[in-house]
Amino acid sequence: MGRYLLRRLLQLVPVFIGTTFLIYALVWAVPGDPFAGKCGERRCPDQYIAFMTEKYHLDQNVFVQYANYMKNLLQGDFGQTFSQREISDIILTSYPNTLKLALVALAIEAVIGLGAGVLTGLRRNGFLDNLVLVSTLFLIALPVFVVGFVLQWLLGVQWGIIKPTVSSEMRLSELIVPGFVLGSASVAYIARVARTSIAENRRADYVRTAIAKGLPMRRVVGVHLLRNSLIPVVTLLGTDLGALMGGAIVTEGIFGINGIGRQVFRAIVTKESATVVGIVVVLVLVYLVMNLLVDLLYAALDPRIRYE
Amino acid sequence: MRVSKRATSAIALSAAAALVASGCSSGEGDGDAAASKDGSIVIHGVQPENPLVPSNTTETGGGKVIDWLWTGLVEYPNDGGAPRNALAESIDTKDSKVFTIKIKKGTKFHDGTEVKAKNFVDAWNWAAYSPNGAQNGTFFSDIAGFEQTYTSDPDGEGPQKAPAPTAEKLSGLKVVDDQTFEVTLSAPTAVFPTKLGYSAFMPLPDVFFTQKPEEFGKKPVGNGPVKFVSWEDNVLIKLTRFDDYNLRDKMKLKDVDVKLYQDENAAYSDLLANNLDFMETVPTSALAGDKWKTDLGERGLSTTTPSTALIAFPTYDKRFQNPKLRRAVSLAINRQEISDKIFFGTRKPADSWANPLTPGAKPGNCTACKFDATEAKRLLTEAGGFTGEMVFYYNADSSHADWMQAVAQQVKTNLGIEARAEGVPTFAVFRQNINAHKMTGPYRAAWQQDYPDVENWVNPLYVTGGSSNDGLYSNPQVDALAKQASAAPSLEASHEAFSKAVELVDQDVPSIPIYFYGQQSGHSEKIKKLELNNVGELDITSVEL
Repeated sequence: MGRYLLRRLLQLVPVFIGTTFLIYALVWAVPGDPFAGKCGERRCPDQYIAFMTEKYHLDQNVFVQYANYMKNLLQGDFGQTFSQREISDIILTSYPNTLKLALVALAIEAVIGLGAGVLTGLRRNGFLDNLVLVSTLFLIALPVFVVGFVLQWLLGVQWGIIKPTVSSEMRLSELIVPGFVLGSASVAYIARVARTSIAENRRADYVRTAIAKGLPMRRVVGVHLLRNSLIPVVTLLGTDLGALMGGAIVTEGIFGINGIGRQVFRAIVTKESATVVGIVVVLVLVYLVMNLLVDLLYAALDPRIRYE
Repeated sequence: MRVSKRATSAIALSAAAALVASGCSSGEGDGDAAASKDGSIVIHGVQPENPLVPSNTTETGGGKVIDWLWTGLVEYPNDGGAPRNALAESIDTKDSKVFTIKIKKGTKFHDGTEVKAKNFVDAWNWAAYSPNGAQNGTFFSDIAGFEQTYTSDPDGEGPQKAPAPTAEKLSGLKVVDDQTFEVTLSAPTAVFPTKLGYSAFMPLPDVFFTQKPEEFGKKPVGNGPVKFVSWEDNVLIKLTRFDDYNLRDKMKLKDVDVKLYQDENAAYSDLLANNLDFMETVPTSALAGDKWKTDLGERGLSTTTPSTALIAFPTYDKRFQNPKLRRAVSLAINRQEISDKIFFGTRKPADSWANPLTPGAKPGNCTACKFDATEAKRLLTEAGGFTGEMVFYYNADSSHADWMQAVAQQVKTNLGIEARAEGVPTFAVFRQNINAHKMTGPYRAAWQQDYPDVENWVNPLYVTGGSSNDGLYSNPQVDALAKQASAAPSLEASHEAFSKAVELVDQDVPSIPIYFYGQQSGHSEKIKKLELNNVGELDITSVEL
């Protein structure tokens, strides 16, 4: 187990360097001079451009720029945006917001998705099963922004149940609707995967044995069946956290949440490699760690799986 | 100037007048003084691009806040009339070259220090010293000694570095006493006092010079009706009433929260739900079919702003060097139809070279702005036709596709030439090509005046070497007339001379005005009275609850 963990952690290093360089180079290759559009319809004064170019080493080639960036990053310096703000501040303020939103979405996915999956998996072809089937199909087919705008307009503007946008305090109650919107497509997938998995294991030998032994149904489903059916669901949920955080840009926009999506988008448009990489680095780490956690969870869920 | 993709910031002409004209006055009588006194409002904003230093801000997000935090020597009245003294007691000159500026005694910065003459001189010297890299540095080019403090890259293209300036201070600025300073310009400029209301000319408190500009810009100290409280990036800028303000009306409310949105549709939803008290410009999506009128009813208001959308010709491309061809293209465009069909009447068809809201502008002086397909065809034949494809360029990251395509289609139909519109992905790439003079077809542009005077619609745009003359249009007669107009002894004489220059421009058609911008704003039920300033920003001191 320890050696496995160490090996996995060491693998993170090349992945980390590879992704950061790729992203840095990609943003660098985005066409357009970062200061060409900065002063509206008038060209920026040469002196301003010269000042900024020198300050951000933009006259050097991409390798030197990246090396400079990495050197500073390893010393804990994320650098500054073109607006002369500390990127570490941006990360510190926007990351928790996105994480909060993603966690709420994840919780909603787990509760609704798993609940619907278990219920329909146990009673297949009933009314409930068909209802869930149709409604999940509906959710998968609808793009996130449609769900977002419709809910915002209906609940926020028409009925006045919620405020249309989230306040800066990011209260949990305000995040339920945005969380649902963000997780809506995944809810559907989770429900379907859980349903299939439960339905399949329902016919497994160990379930039949448990029932034959006379165990109460609650125990058969809750302990034996659910635990063994969770592996595909956990895989989905685990990798989804990273996807949710990266994909929150649309939801953040609709509900006015100050998260990383907005920052990354702005930084790509203005060619701020340092900001993009800074934010994505953390996102990459989230992905890698979540993947590792999911793999470790397998062993906990299914004792037959061992890591050496 | 700053218009275009982002809108713009500080300056110029009237909205209140237009408010009345459009029958959309926002004041339903006076507000309740008691409710206003401790009241607070939340208004729409966008994250400023730079720390809030007046001479380094050229975009609306920050420009708006700067306009509230500072009061300059002169101010531009909401009704769009001539500029009047604000912080200045008097601005005297005999020859439009040497100005003696006296400022009012006993006004304060938000940190309690008195506003003195040296606060202006120091601030201007800072911005005009090129190593400081201020975006508005070139606004000081009228002042004597600018060449010594502000140097440029010799060939303008890099990679050569600009030589170090030989002087740290403008030789044309002299502090006489605490309340008086003297400005010497390098050449007579009648419009100079008008310029002084622009944000680049704001005074800076002593504390600015003791810290890094970016540190100051995160906690700016101004001298305007509101003072800065806090700024949470991308979330909120908190402002509050400055109780020691004595230049004009104090703010009637107590607190103003500028909520920084990334998505205007989110802000619009908040506005509909009365969760946001003021939004300067409703999203384009709400204009279609007059949706915003149904949504907002009494809460919506429509104004015009002193900005014009243009299509500029790259006159450095020899296919576009014949004025007859340019005129033909202009005459082939049915501006009324574009205004009605694409903008639902929220933009007005352009019929003059300077925006009609600008002092000194002559409404209707663009004879090339008529729609006359027969005359257009005739001119095209005279010009020898046009071979190849005429591509109209625009930046695709903002909503310009519809009207640019309509323009191209009209040109195609009415002139019988191959014409189409093509989007350039981002504003940055678009501007880069324009700055490098690499455009191969007419392209969209927009202009909002920096200060309310017709001079600002001629010198930067149509004079050889003008700061925004990107199409490299050059006519020595226009140059001579504009020079004469700029140096005229009085504004009236100056306006008269500029109108002569504009007549020549009208013959050459270096660019074609298409429409005058309009602005559709909305406010919550809570606000009982408000006024917009000359550029359509909320006049924060006018708001009553």
